[in-house]
Amino acid sequence: MPATATLRVVLAEDSVLLREGLAGLLARFGHEVVAAIDDAAALPEAVATGRPDIVVTDVRMPPGFTDEGLRAAVELRRRHPALPILVLSQYVETTYATHLLESGDGTGVGYLLKDRIGRVEEFVEALHRVADGGTVVDPEVVRQLLRRRRDPLGALTPREREVLALIAEGRSNAAIAARLVVTEAAVAKHIRAILQKLDLPQDEQDHRRVLAVLAYLRA
Amino acid sequence: MNVWQALGSRRFLLSAWPWRAAAYLLGGALTGALVLLAGLLLLTAGALVVLGPAAFALTGLPVARAERRARRLLDDRPLPDAHRTPPRPGLRSWLYTRYTEPVTWRELGHALLLALLWPFDVLAVVLTVAVPLALLATPVLLGVDGEQVNVLKAWPVTSWPLAVAVAALAGPVFVLAAYGMTVYAGARAALARTLLTGPDARITELTRSRVRLVDAFEAERARIERDLHDGAQQRLVALTMMLGLARLDAPAGPLTTRLARAQDEAERALTELRELIRGIHPPLLTDFGLPAAVAELADRSVLPVAVGLDLPGRFPAPIESTAWFVVCEAVANLTRHSGAAQAEITGGYADGLLTVRVRDDGRGGADPDGGTGLLRLGDRVSVVDGRLTLSSPPGGPTVLTVELPCRPLPPCA
Repeated sequence: MPATATLRVVLAEDSVLLREGLAGLLARFGHEVVAAIDDAAALPEAVATGRPDIVVTDVRMPPGFTDEGLRAAVELRRRHPALPILVLSQYVETTYATHLLESGDGTGVGYLLKDRIGRVEEFVEALHRVADGGTVVDPEVVRQLLRRRRDPLGALTPREREVLALIAEGRSNAAIAARLVVTEAAVAKHIRAILQKLDLPQDEQDHRRVLAVLAYLRA
Repeated sequence: MNVWQALGSRRFLLSAWPWRAAAYLLGGALTGALVLLAGLLLLTAGALVVLGPAAFALTGLPVARAERRARRLLDDRPLPDAHRTPPRPGLRSWLYTRYTEPVTWRELGHALLLALLWPFDVLAVVLTVAVPLALLATPVLLGVDGEQVNVLKAWPVTSWPLAVAVAALAGPVFVLAAYGMTVYAGARAALARTLLTGPDARITELTRSRVRLVDAFEAERARIERDLHDGAQQRLVALTMMLGLARLDAPAGPLTTRLARAQDEAERALTELRELIRGIHPPLLTDFGLPAAVAELADRSVLPVAVGLDLPGRFPAPIESTAWFVVCEAVANLTRHSGAAQAEITGGYADGLLTVRVRDDGRGGADPDGGTGLLRLGDRVSVVDGRLTLSSPPGGPTVLTVELPCRPLPPCA
């Protein structure tokens, strides 16, 4: 799906200010908000009738104002494994992200802090990456993960951790190379080393990247 | 000093204590007899009118008041008056309060007990006072009578040697009876105390109000967190979004730069707000429970902290938050003061007790009175009937343990 394609979006957010702001933002980039709801319980029905390309949901929503949105997202992934979901959250704690990412095979899923919405173009790009089956994890959440001292990531060098963090953010090899100011070949070498250290199979390059991210999150 | 301590003293027989016991018992006997009389009068003569039994129900009140005074003879611990103060002045309010509080009925029970026991009270005193005197008087009476004395009106004594021997018995009999009577008096006073106090109503009320206070405090924190999350945080997000959109529309130049700077500031504010909210009431604790929250805390800690919490599920919110704040404070303390290289948080649940232990390999010697932090934690733990213990020998390790009695919540769907 090219980055300019129109996405059908189901939007779940209980704050009117944000819901309307997001709807306006998405419309501006040519996307269609097929349903904008303020209640996590209404998500399954909105998905059934709206047939969206992607679901964008808040974590904390009525009725309980705890993590209903996240639970609804996990449930949606169970029922529609191919439906991309982007969760917008105020929580940097890795538990929330891990919970979401472990609910499926790790494709077509994103966990972003709401702070990122302001970087409008990057946000829309992340939306596309998730809609295309990519995995997007908020850089701040990734930073939290990096601070963990648990295996099996202990074997990775600092540089490899950096690369893995960027993979988790959904970056391509080219983007990672540009960010770290190294050649793409060097990035590929790092990735091979990471995959090897994390004991991941040698085929299907893209899927292995996802597995690496999952290993990273579960660690 | 009380009667039991006096019984252990070597000078007991020479002290005033046997006579205090006797006075207590005689007072009790008099009261008991009066209760019996009042009961008979009110329940028979007054039975025609409803007022008789109703009035009798209140006889416990003066009796208990007398008991509170009299027991000072035996025990210097005061017996608190557990009656509530009527909410309004006037007889109606007073009567309502008295008839509806359990202590009134406990006092009636106490009065009825006295009415039953008073003959024994008299008997105990008579055995101690009159019998030794009677024995002692035998030779004198024999001298007066010249022929025969019936000791205690039962055993005839006719010869002088026998009379002297009987008089000599007075000593041991007095010793035995004095101890017996005092033990009986002490036991009766203890029984009265148990009946009159029951579970101390004020202490229960005090504990309850402290629990309420902590609950209110918790609720307030949760409310502040919610308000910040739903209000300021959402507005700041909306603000960054608007700034982002404005940057898209603005022509390249100084305006874009300024908008970018404004957006940076708004983002920084969001980050700080998020930190603040986490300190007030961590949403993770509410959503995922103690192990997840503690694991995140360990991840964020400057020191390496190993976590091993093996819990059967979720616990009531006050329990989880108490354990959470103990762990937070402990980790903050050990990071600041202990000089430890690493720490360990372990915990489990067994036999109705949730135990969490924070251990570090630092220099030890932590002083429980040194900071208000630990004291405050102790207060917090005691409100949920828990226990907080600190072991910190010089040279370490320091181990802080919190034990909270509780039941896990049933797993929810």
